[in-house]
Amino acid sequence: MSERRTRVGPLAALPTDSPALDVDALLDDPSIGILVCCGSGGVGKTTTSAALALRAAERGRKVVVLTIDPARRLAQAMGVEKLDNTPRPVPEVAGEGSLDAMMLDMKRTFDEVVTSQATPEKARQILENPFYVALSSSFAGTQEYMAMEKLGQIHRQAEADGSYDLVVVDTPPSRSALDFLDAPERLSSFLDGRFIRLLTAPARGPARLMSAGLGVVTGALTKILGAQVLRDMQVFVAAFDTLFGGFRARAEKTFALLQDDRTAFLVVAAPEEDALREAAYFVERLEEDEMPLAGLVVNRASPPTSTTLSTEEATAAADRLRRSGRRSVTAGLLRLHADRLAMAARERHLVARFAAAHPAVPAVVVRALPTDVHDLEGLRRIGDLLAGEGEGC
Amino acid sequence: MSPSKDWSGVDLHVVTGKGGTGKSTVAAALALALASSGRRVLLCEVEGRQGIARMFDVDPLPYAETRVARGLPDAGGGAGTVHALHVDPESALLEYLSMYYKLGRAGKALDRFGVIEFATTIAPGVRDVLLTGKVYEAVQRNSRSKGATTYDAVVLDAPPTGRITQFLNVNGELAGLARVGPVKNQADTVMTLFRSSRTVVHLVTLLEEMPVQETADGIAELEAADLPVGAVVVNLVRSRDLDDEALDAAARGALDTEEIADDLVRAGVLGETGGTGDREDLDALVEELVEEGREHAERRDLEEAQRALVADLGRPTYELPLLAAGVDLGGLYELAACLKEQGLGR
Repeated sequence: MSERRTRVGPLAALPTDSPALDVDALLDDPSIGILVCCGSGGVGKTTTSAALALRAAERGRKVVVLTIDPARRLAQAMGVEKLDNTPRPVPEVAGEGSLDAMMLDMKRTFDEVVTSQATPEKARQILENPFYVALSSSFAGTQEYMAMEKLGQIHRQAEADGSYDLVVVDTPPSRSALDFLDAPERLSSFLDGRFIRLLTAPARGPARLMSAGLGVVTGALTKILGAQVLRDMQVFVAAFDTLFGGFRARAEKTFALLQDDRTAFLVVAAPEEDALREAAYFVERLEEDEMPLAGLVVNRASPPTSTTLSTEEATAAADRLRRSGRRSVTAGLLRLHADRLAMAARERHLVARFAAAHPAVPAVVVRALPTDVHDLEGLRRIGDLLAGEGEGC
Repeated sequence: MSPSKDWSGVDLHVVTGKGGTGKSTVAAALALALASSGRRVLLCEVEGRQGIARMFDVDPLPYAETRVARGLPDAGGGAGTVHALHVDPESALLEYLSMYYKLGRAGKALDRFGVIEFATTIAPGVRDVLLTGKVYEAVQRNSRSKGATTYDAVVLDAPPTGRITQFLNVNGELAGLARVGPVKNQADTVMTLFRSSRTVVHLVTLLEEMPVQETADGIAELEAADLPVGAVVVNLVRSRDLDDEALDAAARGALDTEEIADDLVRAGVLGETGGTGDREDLDALVEELVEEGREHAERRDLEEAQRALVADLGRPTYELPLLAAGVDLGGLYELAACLKEQGLGR
């Protein structure tokens, strides 16, 4: 989007190390009831959410993890063949705690909101309306809105019956991490806004409510969308009328819940420029909205090295061996080592720059594993890495 | 392993891929590759990221075609160019309105009533019709359009694999909503191009399970929607510094550590790390190299399995190396050359 963002930071700072993020302290903190994992697409948010949820459960908490679009693999890794809108227990969780997993079904969730809020007859009218069908299944912000809605539902239920004491939320794989915070506001301001009132104006009596612009606008809309779409929308709006205020109120309530001290945000990124830039925007935005940020998780980092060999030395040595003419495995190993050193140096530099711009944000760097996660054991291993344990040998 | 295919009849290359696979980088490299043989190429982005501006290190792009790269003149004095266009739905809508409906003043009224926002962010499908409509216009443009730049090829940096079919299948997306009307007509026109042999959709993947699975799913969805699937571009491929025999030994933990230590001494590494005869340093280095070799072998093994799955997709496949130093403009040129050498963007 084109909104202007003001950058927020210390303005003068050298590349530095972030304070360490103590993941276990976060997971063990009984005052934290909601943990939200945000970040741009492709940084391993869903896996991180699942690993954190499992670790919290095995440290004794009653956890539910709300995923948005998990790979089949991950659902299987948790021993749940099919994830849907209802939490299902994950088998073989060690210890006193428990872990349930679920996947957001945005249309079902939207439908449930409608049925719970409207009379049966009105609800049917809404659910059958073509405009509603399109809105509830394909509008880009619906997923974010419904993720928050579901979060609110689970949280209320958990508070009422004590079924969970920690909700871990994965966020939709949006273009930008900011969509998670922006989209619900966009949807509710639309549902509650000027444009809807404009559509309902004729039904609500005095047309003087709107200026002379009204005719131009409906005329233009009819031209663009066709008269039928406009009619569908008017029917939808008329049926939905009583629900609008409710939507605004719900969105505000969830927003307040996210600002609450019982919530913690983790920003997930990869050690790449784009992902860290998104993370920086997101961190600044959370601060602006006074949302409780717990820290940054940098996934998929090159494994750390302990030797003192530099990239140049390793490359030079590999070349020397190659020139000596003997077929040598060592030359290959040295070149691998050089590549890894170069990547690690670049990544460290990016993370240090992030730390310089956001010195108060605790961070943990999680090394990339050579293979994918297939089972709970794999998730546990990632949990260990998140908690700063084990170098993955 | 790469069935060669002739892409010369293609006017629109759509590039998609799972988040994190580097689809924008591949789209930019493809645009450069196409332009390098003297073509005029337009590179479009539709997700509001200004990624092109960052990759080419130029000012943020306006809603206007801007030249971002020009080739060196060839023997005939001609030089290829890459223009870039950042398509945002608000501007596309206003342009659409003024083009088809001469809505100058009314456009402002629409904005005041929140209609522009509605149409571009809320109305399902309308946003995508506007975005694809602009790309369509650029592809269809021909020499009869007065004063406008025409292109030999258009490359679209498209939404990710999970959303690509919905994005391109604009009239499917609209079907529930607008069964008739101008937007529907516009969507139908755009679809005709997308379904034709002038368009191909390339999918970018990594040799990892989730991206490969998503690529397979994406291809199935595109085919079901009757959209033309092009190539699979495998990005960030690790270097092959170890041969099969060494890989096998590394995986089994059977690398000859004595030989490696000897080699390191011969290559003079030891002297540089901590003084001659420092046996502990040497052993530590050997151990680390062997462990790296083992992880690399494990990783390569996984990649081979995924490479086989990619081959099973039956699409022309191209591979791009992982550039350890990251992708800057020089890196983009390098990737473009790789694509060209393999036959994509020739």
